[in-house]
Amino acid sequence: MTEFRLPPNSRIRKGVTHKAPAGAGDVRTFRIYRFDPTSGENPRVDTFELDLKSCGPMVLDALIQIKGAIDSSLTFRRSCREGICGSCAMNIDGVNRLACTTSMLDLKGAIKIYPLPHMPVVKDLVPDLTNFYAQYASVKPWLQTRTPAPPDSERLQSKEDQEKIDRPAACILCACCSTACPSYWWNSDRFLGPAALLAAYRWIIDSRDEATGERLDELEDPFRLYRCHTIMNCTDVCPKDLNPAKAIAEIKKMLVERQS
Amino acid sequence: MPQRPLSPHLSVYQMYRYTLFTSFLNRATGVLLSIGLLVFVYWLMAVAGGSHAYARASAVLSLGIFKLVYMGLLLAFSYHLVAGIRHLIWDTGRGLERQQAKRSAWIVGVVSLVLMLLFVYWAFCPGAHRS
Repeated sequence: MTEFRLPPNSRIRKGVTHKAPAGAGDVRTFRIYRFDPTSGENPRVDTFELDLKSCGPMVLDALIQIKGAIDSSLTFRRSCREGICGSCAMNIDGVNRLACTTSMLDLKGAIKIYPLPHMPVVKDLVPDLTNFYAQYASVKPWLQTRTPAPPDSERLQSKEDQEKIDRPAACILCACCSTACPSYWWNSDRFLGPAALLAAYRWIIDSRDEATGERLDELEDPFRLYRCHTIMNCTDVCPKDLNPAKAIAEIKKMLVERQS
Repeated sequence: MPQRPLSPHLSVYQMYRYTLFTSFLNRATGVLLSIGLLVFVYWLMAVAGGSHAYARASAVLSLGIFKLVYMGLLLAFSYHLVAGIRHLIWDTGRGLERQQAKRSAWIVGVVSLVLMLLFVYWAFCPGAHRS
């Protein structure tokens, strides 16, 4: 449902400021969303002044530095630190990105860091992705076949057919796209969102998959697919340069074409 | 366990991006045009209501303040028209790459402004549509 205001328990109050030590040279300010589930209090935004002298160049480096040197309770997901695991997706300076591939040099002034938008917050920068993963599972992201596999080889496909799925198959499920989509904000209970739809598209166009018709049937729904109004925030933010908006447009086209 | 808070969305997301902003404008101009339709309905009712009603409506609708309203509506119409064509092109699966969408956002802005100026010239300059 379209609800512009945050619910009462989610409104942000003023937080704490951690000043840089006197004599610090290269100071950068961070405003970071904090929520402590054990406190019973509303979320707040804390200000951290960090000396970047011995800090790496990426936003994730700064977060790790803050956790190590200033406030060990700061909570965020991270793993690979090279844009392949998708764990550190967050809203940095108003846009969803991976903290590990976002350079602080590309951002101006104080860096504002929030969890992925319009998601239930577990703690600090950690959103609850249960619904997001369930939507991914709902498109049955695996090969479905009816015919038996060739007895002496794998199910082969041509180079051209493989190239069609190269890009959509590179999705790391970081949720940057879905949580950047206003349609997903208002209807995430019924709209699948760009990430799940990109995954659906990846299997629809797979030359080896034999459930294309059923997959399209599943998507032909005013909410599951057609809540997409081509705002294009998904394609705008994808850290892997994938194109969910185009995938969704292609699915819509296939649904029209199969009617004739 | 307390209920999980909802992370902020509209209040933190960058609104002036080529994606969100053009989409928002398309919605806003659509709403404006629907409201503007009321002016047109008022005029139609006056036409149906005979010469007295028409003369009164004409007097009201030619007030100076209405020129501003018409100009706003013409701009809304121009933008909504051009942005709508952009959406039709997108629906064919074309122009959906990031760079293309960035470029078409600018094109929509410039073309709708030019179109609005043409409409304004045609509507307000005496004799522009007679000869």
